[in-house]
Amino acid sequence: MRIQKRTVGLVIYLVLLLLPIYWMLNMSLRSNADILNAFALYPTDPTLENYIKIFTEESWYSGYLNSLIYVSINTAISLLTALPAAYAFSRYRFLGDKHMFFWLLTNRMAPPAVFLLPFFQLYSTFGLIDTHIAVAISHCLFNVPLAVWILEGFMSGVPREIDETAYIDGYSFPRFFATVFVPLIRTGIGVTAFFCFMFSWVELLLARTLTVTNAKPIAAVMTRTVSATGLDWGLLAAAGILTIVPGALVIWFVRNYMAKGFALGRV
Amino acid sequence: MDKWEDNRAWWLVVPVFLIVAISAIIPLMTVVNYSVQDIFGPGQRVFVGTEWFKEVLGDRRLHEALWNQFLFSGLVLLIEIPLGVLIALAMPKRGWSASLCLVLLALPLLIPWNVIGTIWIIFTRPDIGLMGVAINGLGLDFDHTAAPLDAWVTVMLMEVWHWTPLVVLLAYAGLRAIPEAYFQAARIDGASAWATFRYIQLPKMRGVLTIAVLLRFMDSFLIYAEPFVLTGGGPGNSTTFLSIHLVKMAVGQFDLGPAAAFSLIYFLIVLLFSWLFYQALQNVGTGNKR
Repeated sequence: MRIQKRTVGLVIYLVLLLLPIYWMLNMSLRSNADILNAFALYPTDPTLENYIKIFTEESWYSGYLNSLIYVSINTAISLLTALPAAYAFSRYRFLGDKHMFFWLLTNRMAPPAVFLLPFFQLYSTFGLIDTHIAVAISHCLFNVPLAVWILEGFMSGVPREIDETAYIDGYSFPRFFATVFVPLIRTGIGVTAFFCFMFSWVELLLARTLTVTNAKPIAAVMTRTVSATGLDWGLLAAAGILTIVPGALVIWFVRNYMAKGFALGRV
Repeated sequence: MDKWEDNRAWWLVVPVFLIVAISAIIPLMTVVNYSVQDIFGPGQRVFVGTEWFKEVLGDRRLHEALWNQFLFSGLVLLIEIPLGVLIALAMPKRGWSASLCLVLLALPLLIPWNVIGTIWIIFTRPDIGLMGVAINGLGLDFDHTAAPLDAWVTVMLMEVWHWTPLVVLLAYAGLRAIPEAYFQAARIDGASAWATFRYIQLPKMRGVLTIAVLLRFMDSFLIYAEPFVLTGGGPGNSTTFLSIHLVKMAVGQFDLGPAAAFSLIYFLIVLLFSWLFYQALQNVGTGNKR
């Protein structure tokens, strides 16, 4: 009986979770006048015009491409730099390790608005304004510390005997790391990749400040739906639905890493 | 077992250190620089010392925003952490239903923050929004643009809706990383579900829960876009949180000096509390682990 009660609770939670998203989907299939005119549980006169507009206008779909490019670069940089660092923090004691570990996280603690002006000056100096790489590097500010923290947690869960055994068996560090250790913590890598993707994907303030047109992110394109006649709610909702899709695909690919976990006997 | 002592491990940390230093230390120094000067224009600035800090600390609207902020972050932690752990425990362990849960949970996290605020404006409208219509249908007079309490409830609901999945995902990943042998041992010993949770699952989740608590504290303390878009800080100043106040000051009045001083105080508050949480979570339960 216990298990059934749990499942009922879970289903209720998921339904509540989906309600605002359903409403967004509902809005995206209606015209703006229709949305503001009357309450409707489902679109009585569904239209795809909002989606067609997004897929046919270059300023719209290039926003998605720009976001995807800098988010991918950022996720790659974050994971590649964080993996060795997290290993060091989880396995070794070295000068200033604890302070360094906590200091990393303090970089997430200042209000992002604070960094706008200094970032703009810094990236202008290097001529990087309006490039994907500028946004990708600026997002490392909050993603790299997070990646180190999450990965360290997972790595500490792997017994150190595994490392010792591998070294005794004659593995070099890079070979051990790539062929034994990384597969062991793939759950953690999946989770970390998703979080890096997610935080970079939804960040607007920095991405908007550092770009003009060539690398303009989708979230910034969306703010332009405000026109003289007011907000185009239908178009905004359609764009919102489409922003969910890439991330949903990412989590679909990493879901097995998250769901399987790892059994130590399988090593 | 103790960690290996080896200072060469620093080489593994150097890439991270460099990339974070570029994007954090240099900008932070600029802000410190602003906070002690009065800037009239390019090249025209006067050193004013701690003037701005005194002005900011005496500001009554800041005190109000600070109180709102503490109440908000406190509620966020009290609601989202237990709820997130409960849901993670209730989730199926494997199979298609587990995959489905994971994907559904991730959906709210993937919507850009300004869009979340905008969608919730319509969602809660008493005339054309699902939630607004439903609550008014129950006979309650609900309007978050007029009543401060309604505004608070709406902002909290939006926040819990948006961010609880983050806690669930972390807690779930933590649970899945516990080797099956632990549960077999618990079953052989005839441990109750509560004992299994208290002595196996909870201690093993300490790492991910530390991250979850710190993340939720920091991000809720720095929250800007969603409540600003939804309520604009109102009605009155009832949902004006710290960062909304900061942006009003920096952009609305264009006071770079006080805004920079305020940012530093803001940063120190977050730092202090994160450190306290971190210390507390590090020490809790260390006695019965390892």
